[in-house]
Amino acid sequence: MRREEIISHKIDWVTVLIYGLMVFWGWLNIYSATYDETQSIFDLSLNSGRQMMFIITSSILILAILIIDMRFYETFAYIIYGVLLFLLLLVPFIGKEVGGNRAWLGVGSFGVQPSEFAKFATALAAAKFIGTIGFRMDNIRNQIVLFAIIAGPILLILLQKDYGTAMVFMVFLLVFYREGMSPFLLLVGLGVGVIFILTLLVENNWILFGIIGAAWGILMYMNRRKKIRRLGIITAGALVLAFTITSVEFIFDNLLEEHHQKRVMVLINPELDQLGAGYHVYQSKVAIGSGGVIGKGFLKGTQTKLKFVPEQYTDFIFCTIGEEHGWIGSLLMVSLFMSLLLRVVFIAERQKNRFARVYGYSVACIFFFHFATNIAMTIGLFPVIGIPLPFFSYGGSSLWSFTILLFILLKLDAHRMHVLQRL
Amino acid sequence: MNEGRKEVLQIVFVLVGLIFLVKLFFIQIVEERYKNMAGVNAIRKEIQYPIRGIIKDRNGKLIVYNSPEFDLMVILHEVKHFDSTRFCQVFGKTQDELRLLFKSFYTEIRNRKANRFQPFPFLRQLSTYDLARIQDNLDEFPGFFIQDRTTRAYASKAVANAIGYVSEISKNQLDRDKTGIYKQGDYIGQSGIESFYEEYLRGQRGIKHLMRNKDGVIKGSYEGGKYDTLSVPGQDLVSTIDLTLQEYGAFLLNGKSGSIIAIEPATGEILAMVSGPSYDPNLLTGKNYSQNFKLISTDSLKPLFNRPLMAQYRPGSIFKIAQAMVALQEGVITPETRIRCDRSIINCHGPHSNEDLRGAITNSCNPYFHNVLRRMLNQGKGANPFDDTRIGLAEWDKHMMSFGFGRRLGIDLPNEKRGLVPSPEYYDRAYGGRPWKFSNIYSIAIGEGENMVVPLQMANFAATVANKGFYYTPHLVKSIGNSGMPLPQYLEKHLTTIDSANFRIARDAMQRVVEAGTAQYRAKLKDIVVCGKTGTVQNEPNPDHSVFIAFAPKENPKIAISVYVEYSGQGGRAAASIASLMIEKYLLGGTQRPNIEEYVLKGKFLH
Repeated sequence: MRREEIISHKIDWVTVLIYGLMVFWGWLNIYSATYDETQSIFDLSLNSGRQMMFIITSSILILAILIIDMRFYETFAYIIYGVLLFLLLLVPFIGKEVGGNRAWLGVGSFGVQPSEFAKFATALAAAKFIGTIGFRMDNIRNQIVLFAIIAGPILLILLQKDYGTAMVFMVFLLVFYREGMSPFLLLVGLGVGVIFILTLLVENNWILFGIIGAAWGILMYMNRRKKIRRLGIITAGALVLAFTITSVEFIFDNLLEEHHQKRVMVLINPELDQLGAGYHVYQSKVAIGSGGVIGKGFLKGTQTKLKFVPEQYTDFIFCTIGEEHGWIGSLLMVSLFMSLLLRVVFIAERQKNRFARVYGYSVACIFFFHFATNIAMTIGLFPVIGIPLPFFSYGGSSLWSFTILLFILLKLDAHRMHVLQRL
Repeated sequence: MNEGRKEVLQIVFVLVGLIFLVKLFFIQIVEERYKNMAGVNAIRKEIQYPIRGIIKDRNGKLIVYNSPEFDLMVILHEVKHFDSTRFCQVFGKTQDELRLLFKSFYTEIRNRKANRFQPFPFLRQLSTYDLARIQDNLDEFPGFFIQDRTTRAYASKAVANAIGYVSEISKNQLDRDKTGIYKQGDYIGQSGIESFYEEYLRGQRGIKHLMRNKDGVIKGSYEGGKYDTLSVPGQDLVSTIDLTLQEYGAFLLNGKSGSIIAIEPATGEILAMVSGPSYDPNLLTGKNYSQNFKLISTDSLKPLFNRPLMAQYRPGSIFKIAQAMVALQEGVITPETRIRCDRSIINCHGPHSNEDLRGAITNSCNPYFHNVLRRMLNQGKGANPFDDTRIGLAEWDKHMMSFGFGRRLGIDLPNEKRGLVPSPEYYDRAYGGRPWKFSNIYSIAIGEGENMVVPLQMANFAATVANKGFYYTPHLVKSIGNSGMPLPQYLEKHLTTIDSANFRIARDAMQRVVEAGTAQYRAKLKDIVVCGKTGTVQNEPNPDHSVFIAFAPKENPKIAISVYVEYSGQGGRAAASIASLMIEKYLLGGTQRPNIEEYVLKGKFLH
């Protein structure tokens, strides 16, 4: 075995730069969100001080990731995945309860959320499975195994009632799509979501039935010369959507918990309950909206500083950016994420082996899901679920897990020329 | 097989980013409402209520001042769920009252009269005991805060009707207010001087911007107070009232229904203006305002009714003085003109038969003035008796109006009544187009019939006679703020249409009324020449009203006065006694005739 070297010029410095900018800006925002004139940004009693500790430990993690042999990740992918599943299984029994959710494992005051780390573990496992020689996506058995890989953490996290984090794993469908899975499932999933909202919005369900019927007719006509199988798929999709309409009421009333129902209703009618379920979104929008074009300036935000926005240094950290840096700040933040996502896709595409590529896409898609859901909920486009904004939100577990996620990819990328092409 | 899928993902990523930027563009740049909301959210605008101007009397004695008051306010937007049992315990309310209060707030919000960001008054005028208890526990209830401001306090009860009262602005007033100065919960002068001089007294609200967090806890002033405005206190007023005289008047009128107005003839300044029955103005300041107001306003004796300006009476015999002067001015009689006391048309009183003008005034001879009015109205200027009367009456009106009868004098108080001097048009309407002539309307000759005056006009008339033909509009405020000046209209001299020479007769006659006529017993003073005239206003089927006007001393008069005492018979009794006592009090500092004072105090004429 050849001794591994860390060859600095092989690290993708563009990504490291974007990462550094995000973490640093995030840190400043956390300071601003909990700002108190008398205390310094380094004060360990403040969230910003603690976040600084998380950043320092993240740097150590990065060094460790870069030092460890690159083959470790692929070789031990299933074991890492298994260990995380085991930890997730433990959480409901020996976990600590923080903020109503039993999602923490830890000793004393130190605790971590296994659910955060399950993301990279699942990415490794899925990548390894797809990267197996001879893997074919159109094999139904392979698909079942893949779904099982993501279903495992989803089910265990649902046991903790952490619906937001559980939803993150759905994003692997995008990765599978990239690797050859039929778009049918994605489209139907998207369709079900849209129809669900539309059914709540539109009084008369017959209009929706009409639209689905018309769409079905047009698609059938366009595909009239294709195989009978495709026609069957289209018909099945239409039936699923039609079924969604009829079941919305049942799902909404019986399967969703009351506070989830409210969060959905608030999305549809934001004025509904400004002090109750709508409070988060309303205050968040007020904070962001009050930023204007250039914002109120660093440490000058009145809304966030005075704690109008709950959980504003974690899931609602974007409010601080919106209020203090205005639309220009929003533009910068969105641009940073776009750069990161596109850069990660670029890196994924240049990998020589399939394991690394699939892992790269998993990283991109997980970041994308977090970014999209988090921003969407702060500006009232998506129900409020607890999803942190990568690198910006306060929290050790999330910062570490995102750092690990990203830097494993960079490690793989740095050694892409050392592996046999097995595509 | 997987061609183009990379691009699909890239497009999805970028598309979501763009959607966010567009949505953020709308939230952050296009829509204004979030910016406004942020202001309301994080900054509490605390109103700095101005101190209302105080009112002193002409000698510097305090009449109205301010006392601190603490209200518990609530901003619904900030209210969090709280333990209602604990709440009721702290604030001394029952659960039902609590529910009712909140319900009323929400009703107002639903009717778009208010919004959840503005403070509602929750508990009014806390006692110092309640204040201490509530302040200690206020932290438990976000959204509630103490607002301090001042409320009125009255050093004297005697000036109630003239000063008026202050209360929270009503919904109606708020709707009618075009200036935009007033907000719900503001105090506004509702009557009297408080209402007339509202714009001077009220001052200007200041606003303090305070930063607070989501629990409503104040975190200091916003931007170092850059946007704060200080409240500007209202202007103080100096009243023309002589508080000692006013209180003496109230003391004399106690238990009676009527009014006293004393004017300084040379300036038109009102020295005293008493309305009876009255009320204790301090009842209309505290937190029991609404229930007290209900009691006072529904009292059968109408204590809120400001009789000096609002009670309209027939002028009675006093009008004869005006008649005499108008007749002299018109040249239809001379002071020497004698007219037989022919009681066939109109009755008379007292033993006299063929008086000249002086004697007719002194004895208040009805047939004399009946004849005088006929001469005035029927001067042969018209083709027939109807037209002739019409022309004469129009002329007569002009003279009467110049004394201030039949129109509002323009005192600095609201709700002044104009009385009535019947015009030709008035009789046209009254007779429905049928012709009328002197014989139809002659009862105005002796101050009966259609004529109506208010006591203020009578006092002003006394001042006019004292001045020999001019008057300054009676007013209650001689100085606004630091100006040392009243409103400009009160510096304007009003001339009557009567030559000052013609007043000589009236003044002489009025002197004789007091010295030898109908008022000699009760109005005559030892050292001061008092000129007066009694009046007895018929009031069938009830007892007559007793009326007296006077001024004194005859030369260089210092005080002119009119006194109305309802249901108390002849003017020579109650009214003349009170008037002379007031003159004594003002000129000499007190009465030397305790028997007269006792007579006034003993007689209770409340009907």
